[in-house]
Amino acid sequence: MHWLARQVLRLAVVLLCVTLLTYLIVNILPGDVAIVILGSLATPQDIAGLRADLGLDRPMLVRYFDWLGSALSGDLGRSYRNGEPVAQAIADRLPVSLQLMVMAQIIALGIAVPAALLSVRRPGGLFDRMSASAAFGFLATPNFMLGIVLIYLFSVTLDLLPATGFTPMSESLWGNFESMILPSLTLGLIEWTVLMRVLRSDLLTTLKEDFILLARAKGLPPWRVLLLHALRPSSFTLITVLGLNIGGLIGGAVIVEQIFALPGVGRLLLGGIFNRDLILVQGTVSFIAAGFVLINFLVDMLYAVLDPRVRYVRFRS
Amino acid sequence: MSASAAEPTVGVRRRRHLSWALALPLGWVLLVAILAITADWLGLPDPAAQELIQRRKPPSTEYLLGTDNLGRDMLSRIIYGARTSLIVGICAPFLGFLIGGAIGISAGYFRGKIDLLAVGFIDVLLAFPALVLALTFTAYLGQSLFNVTLALGILSIPAAARVSRANTLAWANRDFVLAARTIGASNWRILTREILPNVLPAMFAFWLVAISVIIVAEGALSFLGLGIPAPQPSWGGMIADGREALDVAPHTALIPAAVMFLTVLSLNFLGDMVRNLVDPRRSAL
Repeated sequence: MHWLARQVLRLAVVLLCVTLLTYLIVNILPGDVAIVILGSLATPQDIAGLRADLGLDRPMLVRYFDWLGSALSGDLGRSYRNGEPVAQAIADRLPVSLQLMVMAQIIALGIAVPAALLSVRRPGGLFDRMSASAAFGFLATPNFMLGIVLIYLFSVTLDLLPATGFTPMSESLWGNFESMILPSLTLGLIEWTVLMRVLRSDLLTTLKEDFILLARAKGLPPWRVLLLHALRPSSFTLITVLGLNIGGLIGGAVIVEQIFALPGVGRLLLGGIFNRDLILVQGTVSFIAAGFVLINFLVDMLYAVLDPRVRYVRFRS
Repeated sequence: MSASAAEPTVGVRRRRHLSWALALPLGWVLLVAILAITADWLGLPDPAAQELIQRRKPPSTEYLLGTDNLGRDMLSRIIYGARTSLIVGICAPFLGFLIGGAIGISAGYFRGKIDLLAVGFIDVLLAFPALVLALTFTAYLGQSLFNVTLALGILSIPAAARVSRANTLAWANRDFVLAARTIGASNWRILTREILPNVLPAMFAFWLVAISVIIVAEGALSFLGLGIPAPQPSWGGMIADGREALDVAPHTALIPAAVMFLTVLSLNFLGDMVRNLVDPRRSAL
């Protein structure tokens, strides 16, 4: 398990660099939180006093290691604006973002897998060409644009679903679903294109294998060959791409939460940025980046578990 | 020293086959580009001039694409917005192309410690979801055309570095490089005369693909209110403005959305075509 130890070490280094880089970006770049809190009419004395209260007058690296120390014990500091613990704020909003991303992935896979299976039944056929064109079109659709178009179609024109706003699951299960369906569609309708292309191309490769020929020769119906014999060995790349796409999905979630006014981590971050709430931005960005790195790490590991060759090829180079 | 001897035939065959598929996207991109360049000489109304009495007017002969929430001419804003999109879309990947290309080529050529350092640097930049990093940069750099370009340029460094590194790795061990080294060529000479010309086509294809990605990213930043500052028109910002009046004046959001969609779609078409020409393996997919 030597490769595993090395991967964990690499993970730790990347996480350290990521938090440090976030700290540097947030702290070096201009924008003084004391001025934002006190307003532009504040006297220099007031500003200096507040900076001392907030601990902003100490050297930056000292503050970083202080922050890192508490972050490791789960304390991300308190918001400069309202004193709310950042870790608590993230924990409150995380379920919304997670629900959004999981629903988006389900929609994406729900379209991508059947579309890929139907496409490879007759490569170059009508369905294959139509789904490829649809994928090309959706790929060129920015998510913020798709969100607006969906709101226009389903809320304004058809009046079927709420345009914005969020209903917690504890309040109404159906209401919650209704408020999440358009946001997740916005992300899922773009995400499926990549998944479909990858799966389709892997399926085509698998279908040339001898064991598929054997299955066909045995007289199995085509759908059985596709679903039970070809699908599983063709899904390795799909899993990797699912992991790689998380980054885009997180970015997409920030935008979608903003469009649909969902109280998720993305909107927390945007609020922090607009308010120059350094400690909140530092906490959320570090949290998002660390989560992203961890997910990619897990996907890599999963990949290695599924396909032992990977351990020797991928992690050596 | 180019290995593209076999590729032009593929290109010629494709071009004859797909003439309309080339003409439409190319025509649209050229139209947008020409309008953006000549915007000042077209006699368009000031894109920032407000006429509140004329607000949210649907398209008419007076206002070809209607007016927005503040009574500004949409056609004029779309064309000046195209200028914004193109400036950011072309300059930001170019910045990434220069810095990332230099990092990638030296990493792939020298290997060893430099490579390790470069890969580590790329890993750290890639550890941030792109949009989140862009948001943080522009939020603290301050919003301006230059800063948005700078932030998105930094974002495109890792991808450019990866593409150039992978291509350099493929060329660095070829016989002609060995030959150049044997006759005593310096590293600098090998890099600029032997490696660079072979890596450039792939980098160029990358740049084309990156343009549409960056145009979308700029749109997203402006949509969130953290991109191009307010009076200056940007497609993303226009879509965000139009969102408020989606029920009474849907054209204020849908027209910029359609223009952006067509532009990105056309650029993707062209990018795919160029990529197929540069990398014949991909065209098989």
